[in-house]
Amino acid sequence: MCKHSKQASCFNMIRYISKPHPITGVTNAKLGTWCFLASEVMLFGGLFSAYVLLRTGAPAWPRGAEILNVPLATFNTLVLITSSVTMVMSWASLAMKEFANYRRYMGLTILLGLAFLVVKGFEYGHKFQHHHFPSTDTFYAVYFTLTGLHGLHVVGGVLLNTYFLFPGSALWKTEPEQFAGRIECAGLYWHFVDLVWIFLFPVLYLL
Amino acid sequence: MTHTDEHPLPFWRKYVFSTDHKVIGIQYAVTGLSFLLFGFGLMMLMRWQLAYPGQPLPFIGHLFHEKAMVMGIMLPEFYNQLGAMHGTIMVFLGVVPLAVGGFGNYLVPLQIGAPDMAFPKLNMMSYWVYFLGGVTMFASFFLPEGAAQSGWTSYSPLANIATTGQTVWLVGMIFLITSSLLGSVNFIVTIVQLRADGLSFFRFPFFVWAQFVTSFLLLLAFPPLEAAGVLQLMDRLAHTSFFMPSGLVVAGKVLEVSGGGNPLLWQHLFWFLAHPEVYVLILPAMGIVTEILACNTRKPIYGYKAMVYSVIFIGFMSFIVWAHHMFLTSMGTKMSAFFQITTMIISIPSVVILTALALSLWGGSIRFNTPTLFAIAFLPMFGIGGLTGLPLGLVASDIHLHDTYYVIGHFHYVVAPGTIFALFAGIYHWFPKVTGRKMSEFLGKLHFWPSLIFTNGVFMPMFLLGLAGVSRRLYDPIQYAHAQPTQPLNVFISICAWCLGLSQIPFILNFFGSLLWGKKVDKNPWEATTLEWAAPSPPPHGNFEHLPEVYRGPYEYSVPGQRHDFWPQHMKEEN
Repeated sequence: MCKHSKQASCFNMIRYISKPHPITGVTNAKLGTWCFLASEVMLFGGLFSAYVLLRTGAPAWPRGAEILNVPLATFNTLVLITSSVTMVMSWASLAMKEFANYRRYMGLTILLGLAFLVVKGFEYGHKFQHHHFPSTDTFYAVYFTLTGLHGLHVVGGVLLNTYFLFPGSALWKTEPEQFAGRIECAGLYWHFVDLVWIFLFPVLYLL
Repeated sequence: MTHTDEHPLPFWRKYVFSTDHKVIGIQYAVTGLSFLLFGFGLMMLMRWQLAYPGQPLPFIGHLFHEKAMVMGIMLPEFYNQLGAMHGTIMVFLGVVPLAVGGFGNYLVPLQIGAPDMAFPKLNMMSYWVYFLGGVTMFASFFLPEGAAQSGWTSYSPLANIATTGQTVWLVGMIFLITSSLLGSVNFIVTIVQLRADGLSFFRFPFFVWAQFVTSFLLLLAFPPLEAAGVLQLMDRLAHTSFFMPSGLVVAGKVLEVSGGGNPLLWQHLFWFLAHPEVYVLILPAMGIVTEILACNTRKPIYGYKAMVYSVIFIGFMSFIVWAHHMFLTSMGTKMSAFFQITTMIISIPSVVILTALALSLWGGSIRFNTPTLFAIAFLPMFGIGGLTGLPLGLVASDIHLHDTYYVIGHFHYVVAPGTIFALFAGIYHWFPKVTGRKMSEFLGKLHFWPSLIFTNGVFMPMFLLGLAGVSRRLYDPIQYAHAQPTQPLNVFISICAWCLGLSQIPFILNFFGSLLWGKKVDKNPWEATTLEWAAPSPPPHGNFEHLPEVYRGPYEYSVPGQRHDFWPQHMKEEN
């Protein structure tokens, strides 16, 4: 049974790693990614409902637009949306077997992710300079916690994408189908991180 | 399968950092059992204080640090640590890792005819993250101010102003949540994708269904607790006020926090996890009992489909019953009415499952071996646990019973003689598969009968204590006049608890003794039908000699016209 008997484990015996299951129509990794994202929805769902409960219970709540930097956040929104496009393009390049283009687009996605983090860092620094901390009031507590946790997700995505840009891309030579599947999953995650920001931006900055 | 030519793995890859679901399952099970014993030990210490308040603990009292016990007399802070950690350890480090991590990991791939879990490396990581969480929790006892002491529920604002142990508890919980997240993703994908050919969903053994629904509960209910954990960590470390109301007075001083937070928010987020968690504790147990009863009554399970629909329905409903833990808060009568109704509704599918299992005994030719005894005992014990829950789910009676020993009695009947009995049944039943040897029947019965008597001795009197109004978290049980007449019950409970501890000795002897001297068995010692019995005992790496194909449902016992009274799922022809 175990054809690659020298391997540490018989991964070849586990089915649907690179080919989709004939009934469910997805690979293992893709189903796993969707499950993971479902749990992420519940994580941010819990945090957003905490926000709703705290805001509706508060006697007064500051307007985000008056104390936060809306132009910077708008710029950051555009940066993240663009990075989602380049992420799709990197996956599409693999589907068209253009590995050089994949690297270009993936590199661009990582740079845009980093740009988002740098802008976010400036925003945080500006707030700290004016002595606005998480402990200042509940608005800032929500602001720092939610954007901080989202920022950690961006860092995670950048690290993941960097792995797939450099050492992880060796898989392209041996198992191109499986590698393209991995990039698709990384893309699903990246779009999710983007989507969380699409919710965070109006909730914190505009409402 | 020819494994003779396989490159041998070094010891640490084969047994320590293994990616084989069976090794990981055993790791989970052994770690979980050790934590169960440890958590039980904490409780046996507490029982001394409850039976003989303020008296020095004999023999071992002087061994404890002076911050825990002075001259062998337990300090209130230490009592609170024991209480909080007993709950945390039993639920998150003992029962769930054993039931889901241990039994699930070992059996699910075998029962669906898969060579391994879908993501073996993730599986390994899941165990080691759990292990880290366990080490973190254990280590918190050695902090200068000791472990967390705000109860396993860690209600804010009490937990916000508690000692450093609470911070470590939160970090430990985040490890455990991450671990169960990785595990649940793995289970769902494995069950959906790696089923053997011919194994449709309605041919699953009920155990697989139970694990499948459990995985969804873990996947979707734990993240809100992670959110709550992050918020409480922020409250403790960054001094935010998510759970801190304005103007909170502690020890005569107004706390200097920004305020505006909501303590009820913690309770909502906590119970949003912790109620589904109850079903995480019970569903795998129901699965184990179903497998054992089908095999040992030699007849198909009564109402298999009704049970499957019930378990799915329980899964959905368990997400909208959480606030029945909060009837005494200020959330209001409309909310209470809603959650009272959903709570009554969720009891229906549980009753369906229990009834189906009880009816499955009818007309069977029952083998009264140790696994069956534990499995049959599960039915009335879980029944008592479930039925005593009804007064807690109804607002009017809950007002009297809330936070008393009645609650302790209720949920321990569900988890201790319920779930843990089922887990014992599972250990006796699948031990031959895992080790290739049977456990001793004599020691098994010596384990079963005292355990049955003494668990009832422990938990039955708690209903009386609770009805008398004794609060569940009292360090000094005779502090209040109304509790003083009930004190003899506390002495009785404690003696039963220690005897229950002694009753586990035959199990420990049996467990290790049978590893060495148990009777050797072949593939299918119980003449069972499900796929795990088609693999060798113990199954090799990759599990099956050939990937099995499935031709029929899971419980084809005593089929008329067959030569044998069992017809395995993988046999194409007549058996």
